[in-house]
Amino acid sequence: MSIWEYANPVKFMRISGAILPWVAAGAAVCCIGGVVWGFLTPLDYRQGATVKIIFLHVPSALMAINGWLMMLVASLIWLIRRHHVSALVAKAAAPVGAVMTLIALVTGAIWGQPMWGTWWEWDPRLTSFLILFLFYLGYIALWASVEDADSAADLTSVLCLVGSVFALLSRYAVNFWNQGLHQGASLSVAPGERMSSVYKYPLYVSMLGFFLLFLALVLVRTRTEIRLRRLSALLARENRA
Amino acid sequence: MKALLIRDLRLAVRAGGGFGLALAFFLILCTLVPFGVGPEGGQLSRIAPGILWVGALLACLLSLDRIFALDHEDGSLDLLATAPLPLEGAVAIKALAHWLTTGLPLVIFAPVLGLMLHLPGPAFPWLVVSLILGTPALSMLGAFGAAMTVGLRRGGLLLSLLVLPLYIPTLIFGAEAVRRGAIAADPAPPLVFLAAITLAVLALVPFAAAAALRVNLR
Amino acid sequence: MIELGKYAGTVLQAYGVSLVLLLGIVVQTIRANARARAALQEHENRG
Repeated sequence: MSIWEYANPVKFMRISGAILPWVAAGAAVCCIGGVVWGFLTPLDYRQGATVKIIFLHVPSALMAINGWLMMLVASLIWLIRRHHVSALVAKAAAPVGAVMTLIALVTGAIWGQPMWGTWWEWDPRLTSFLILFLFYLGYIALWASVEDADSAADLTSVLCLVGSVFALLSRYAVNFWNQGLHQGASLSVAPGERMSSVYKYPLYVSMLGFFLLFLALVLVRTRTEIRLRRLSALLARENRA
Repeated sequence: MKALLIRDLRLAVRAGGGFGLALAFFLILCTLVPFGVGPEGGQLSRIAPGILWVGALLACLLSLDRIFALDHEDGSLDLLATAPLPLEGAVAIKALAHWLTTGLPLVIFAPVLGLMLHLPGPAFPWLVVSLILGTPALSMLGAFGAAMTVGLRRGGLLLSLLVLPLYIPTLIFGAEAVRRGAIAADPAPPLVFLAAITLAVLALVPFAAAAALRVNLR
Repeated sequence: MIELGKYAGTVLQAYGVSLVLLLGIVVQTIRANARARAALQEHENRG
């Protein structure tokens, strides 16, 4: 039984092909726009120019977490409804999410060096991102090492569910283990110390840009996976004939 | 269930590997650390809780792939899957057998290594208690990882990549409890969290492990 | 000109590393997609 007996992938290919140029263009405009705008912001009176790193650090961290959430939702859809595209979306999102996590970690380290006087600090937020990165690695490695596509999708989905619980658990466990240097949420709704709007608006733009970039990458990667799947289905059919 | 447990225990004892290997690994690890960090007692006693916990964790990891691999090879795993016993139960029993042959000896052996590493006196009971509370979770999560990777080539390496991140919360709370015991602080909060994690793992992970096993036996 | 003050190196480093990583994943994604598309096309033309 090949997945082409379902209408879904065909429809997905059509729709994603139609919206992909728009998403990609939006991603390019917002990423470049947000970062350029960010570069034009004045220096922060305490942090100097390093505040400009925020336009990479926060959006990538955001997409690192949202990427995992998306994988979780896609895994659940696969386990419950068994839509093949869903499993492929989860597979496509993992490397992108891992790169986002890596960017958040690296920019954080580079930022931390002048601000905290150290490249790496075993701070709860940093540590939980490192743990998230490890989970991404394990997930990608599992996809790579299971040969049968459906089994791989099942196993990685189960891993994603269990991993989500443990990633969350680790997030709070490391809180218990060490109090951190990292500041709290920069964009909190609660009154108090908040970011000035000079930085806020370019940050929103680059967050939107990273989101669209993530979306575009996941769409392209999913299309790649669907094509590969179709190719192997065709090959299998040929071998049978 | 009892028959399965007894069979697994007997196989482990007869094969010999499981038991001694993990303990020997634990011993070697705790011997290597002083070579690495220097022999001063003060420094050793400060890091001893962490070393003992990490050592126990790695020693536990070492024998995980044996949980299902041998049974998969000779086909008895397929028999188990079709047996009237629910697969979840079989997984739990297998994890229990792993704990009895690996976790429990580690718990008993750990205080001896604690002496070698100058673990402060008041920490000893907490070391044993925290290991007793924590190692069942290690075995159960290990059974999950083993179920994921059973039948894969290069499964062992992947197994550690999958399982080690899952061990982080247990490690944090376990080592924290011993450290608090060592400085005569109240070790109860981390112990409570540790017990909670272990209980939740024992209750829920068998389902995930059995699901993974079913996929791999398909 | 954009002022970066004494942390110019730090900021440029962060942007440089991020750019490299992002370009890496973008290029890898596009190339993998092109390869899959070509392979599929070739197969369909042949069959």
